[in-house]
Amino acid sequence: MPGPYGPKAETGPPGLAAKLLGFCEELRGEGVAVGTSEILDAFAALEQVPWESREDFREALATTIAKSQEDRRLFELLFERWFFRAAEAEAIEREVSEAGERHEGAERLDIDELREQIREAIVAGDDGAMRDLARLAIAAFGRQGEGSGVVGVDVQRIRRTLELSAGTQPRQGEATDGAAERPPIEREQLNRFERHLRRELERDLIERTETLPPSRPLAELDRALPTSPTQDLAAVHRAVSQMKRRLATLGHEQRGRKQAQTVDVRRTMRASLETGGVPMHLRYRPKRPRRPEIYVLCDVSTSVTSASVFFLSVLHALHDSFRKLRSFVFIERISEVTEVFEHERDFREVARRISSEGGVADVSGYTDYGRVWLEFLTEISDELDPRSTVIVLGDARTNGREPPAEVFAQVAERAGRLFWLNPEPKLYWNYGDSVMAAYERHCDGAFECWTTRHLENFVNVVAGGVPAAD
Amino acid sequence: MMPSDAQAPASVADTKQALADASYLADESAALVSFLAQRLGKPVLVEGPAGVGKTELAKALSRASGRELIRLQCYEGLDEAKALYEWNYRKQLLRIQAGGAQGGWEEVHGDIFSEEFLLERPLMQAIASPEPVVLLIDEIDKTDQEFEAMLLELLSDFQITIPELGEIGATTMPIVVLTSNNSRELTEALKRRCLYLWLDYPELEREMEIVRLHTPDLSEALTRRLVEVVRMVRDLDLKKPPSIAETIDWARTLLLMGAEDIDRETFEQSMSIIVKHRTDIDLVAERVGMKLAGPVRTEG
Repeated sequence: MPGPYGPKAETGPPGLAAKLLGFCEELRGEGVAVGTSEILDAFAALEQVPWESREDFREALATTIAKSQEDRRLFELLFERWFFRAAEAEAIEREVSEAGERHEGAERLDIDELREQIREAIVAGDDGAMRDLARLAIAAFGRQGEGSGVVGVDVQRIRRTLELSAGTQPRQGEATDGAAERPPIEREQLNRFERHLRRELERDLIERTETLPPSRPLAELDRALPTSPTQDLAAVHRAVSQMKRRLATLGHEQRGRKQAQTVDVRRTMRASLETGGVPMHLRYRPKRPRRPEIYVLCDVSTSVTSASVFFLSVLHALHDSFRKLRSFVFIERISEVTEVFEHERDFREVARRISSEGGVADVSGYTDYGRVWLEFLTEISDELDPRSTVIVLGDARTNGREPPAEVFAQVAERAGRLFWLNPEPKLYWNYGDSVMAAYERHCDGAFECWTTRHLENFVNVVAGGVPAAD
Repeated sequence: MMPSDAQAPASVADTKQALADASYLADESAALVSFLAQRLGKPVLVEGPAGVGKTELAKALSRASGRELIRLQCYEGLDEAKALYEWNYRKQLLRIQAGGAQGGWEEVHGDIFSEEFLLERPLMQAIASPEPVVLLIDEIDKTDQEFEAMLLELLSDFQITIPELGEIGATTMPIVVLTSNNSRELTEALKRRCLYLWLDYPELEREMEIVRLHTPDLSEALTRRLVEVVRMVRDLDLKKPPSIAETIDWARTLLLMGAEDIDRETFEQSMSIIVKHRTDIDLVAERVGMKLAGPVRTEG
C-alpha cells in the first residue's frame, strides 16, 4: 500500500534527515510552530539516543519539537503516519494475507489462537505485542465486514468477539485444560489493550481518508459555534491572554509625566554614590500603566442560548487574565456575577450557578435592553472613567421593545472604550428585531463573534491591528 | 552546545536508574528528557497538573547527579533585583565613606562596582557557582512576560549581562528545570529554548511502585486498593484532585492507623488527607464512600 506521503524510502541517516524535515514541514502545515532551532535540537537529541528503540526515538523528537499538549497530540498523530505507517502497513498486509490463504475453518481457528495470544500479551503487559496483535485483530475483523466505521463501537465489538473482559475467566477458556491457572485480566490492562485498539482503528481511519481526523484545535472551532466549552476553553484562553497583553501595553504611549511620584529610596541612594553619598538626584519609582478596568456585559437570554456557552467561556477566560474585571449577565435585568467567576474555578459549576442564582429574568425571559442600560448606568456610573473598557456580548435583539440608544450613548460617553461582540453573522444584523445599527453608532467597534477566530480578530483590532480577512 | 561534563549519564536507562536511586520513579519520557537535558545542556520545561511531581523531578535530579539545588520560586512581581543580582548599595556607601579622602576616585569607582559589592540572587548563583548545580525555576507561569524575556539570555547562552561589569558567563553548566502549572501560555521564545516534558498522573502500576517505595511496610493488597481509590477520586470532577504526595501521605496514615483494608469507616476518617476542599469532601464522600460501603473486597 503506497503511502500518500511520499515513497517508502529506507531510513538510513541521509534519508532520515530529509524525512525529518518533511515531518517538520507536515507539522507546520497542521499549525505546530516548528522553528529551525527546534529542528537543530531534534537532530542533536537524536545523536544521543539509540534509534532502535522506537520509544526513545519518538520521545526525543517530541520533547524537542512539540512544546505543548496540543502540539504533542498532533505530533503523535503525524508521527505514526510519517515514520512508521508504511512499514507497519506492509507487515500487517503480509500477516493478514497469510491468514487469508487458509480456508474458512482455519480462519476460525486462527482467531482462537489470536485470542490466546492477545490474552497473553495483555497479562504480560507487552505494549509492542499488544499493538501488533491489535492490528491483527482489526485486520481479521475488518475482513469479516463488521466494521461500523465508528471507532468507539468497533473497539467494543472487537473486544467482545475476542471474549475479553476484566476480572473473569473467558467462557471458552473453561473448556480447555489448564484454564484455571490463567490469571484474570485487570481492568487497567484491558484498558491498555483497548487504547491500542482505538489507536490502530484511528490510524486505519486516517489511512482510508488520508486526512487527519477533524479534531484540530482552531480549525475545529471554525466549523461552527462551539457548544462544548471544556474542549474549546484552551483556544478561548489563548485569544484572551493575547488580548490581555495588548490591552496592558496599549496605555503606554499615553503615559505622560505626572506630578505625583514616589521616590525610590534604593535607587536614589545608589545614584547618590556618584555624588559622594549626597542624594542630589532623586530617583522615582517607575510609573506602571494602570491595569485596564474592564466591564463585561453578557446576554444570557434564550435568543443567544447557543452563543452564551461560548460567551460564558470567554468571560471565564477573561477572569483568569484580568484582575480588575467586573462581569454582569443580563436578560431583563442585570446581575453582577464577578464573584461567581472569582470563586468558582470549574466552568460547569459557573454555568450552573449563573443560571440558578443570576436572577436576571423576571417574567418573559426576553432581553430588555432599555432596562439593562439604565440599571448598568445607575449601578456603576460613578466608576466608569476614560480608562475603563466596556465590552457587551449580545445579539442586540430587543424583541420589539424600544432600544433606548440614548442611554446606551451615555454609557459609551463615560467609558473610555466600548466594544460590542455580536454572536450573529453580520448578515443578520438589523434584520427582524435586531437593532444593532442603533447601538453600533456609539460603539468604538462592533464585531461579529461566533468562533475563536473572530475573537482573535477582535483582539487584533482592539490592539490597533488590521482586521483579518474572512 | 555540549557540556564536556564527565558526569553526564551514558544512557537513558542509566538516568532512569539514577533517578530511581534518588527515590524518584520516572516514566520513560521523564527519564529520556532528563537524560537529554544533561547531554545537550538544555533547560527543561515541565508542565502538568499540580501534584504530579514536577518540582520533585528537579530535586531528584539534584540528588541523582550529586549537584546542589538552587531554587527560584516565581511569583507575580518578581523582578531582576530578586532573581538575578543587585548592587549592595549599603556596602558601597560604607566603602566610600570608609575610603574617605585617601582613595583616588578611579580606585573607588572601580572598587565599588566589583563583584564584592554584588548581591547574587538565585539565577546568578546558579551560573556563577564553582560546582555545577541544578537550577529550579518553579512555577514560571506565575511571573509576567517581562521576566520571561529576561530569562532568555540566561537560558540560551547561560550568561548574564551586568551593565557595570559586562557579561558574566557560566563557570559551570547548570541543569535548568522550569516548571509550569499551565495557568497561562508561556511565550514561544521561552519554549523554543527548552526541552518540553508533560507530566501527568502516573499509571496504576507506577503509582503503586511509588507508594511502595515510600511506604514499603504497607501490604501489597492495601497498596493496590489505596491507589485504586485515589484514582477513583481523581476521576471525579474535583477542585483539587489528590496529588502523588497526598497518596503517599495517605498510605503513611493508613499504616499508622493499622488499617487492614479501606472500608467506608477508614475512608471517612482519613479522607481529609487526600481531599482538602469543603465541596470536594462532600462529593467524594457521596461518590466514593458509597462504593466502599458494599461488601469488603478481598484481594490477593
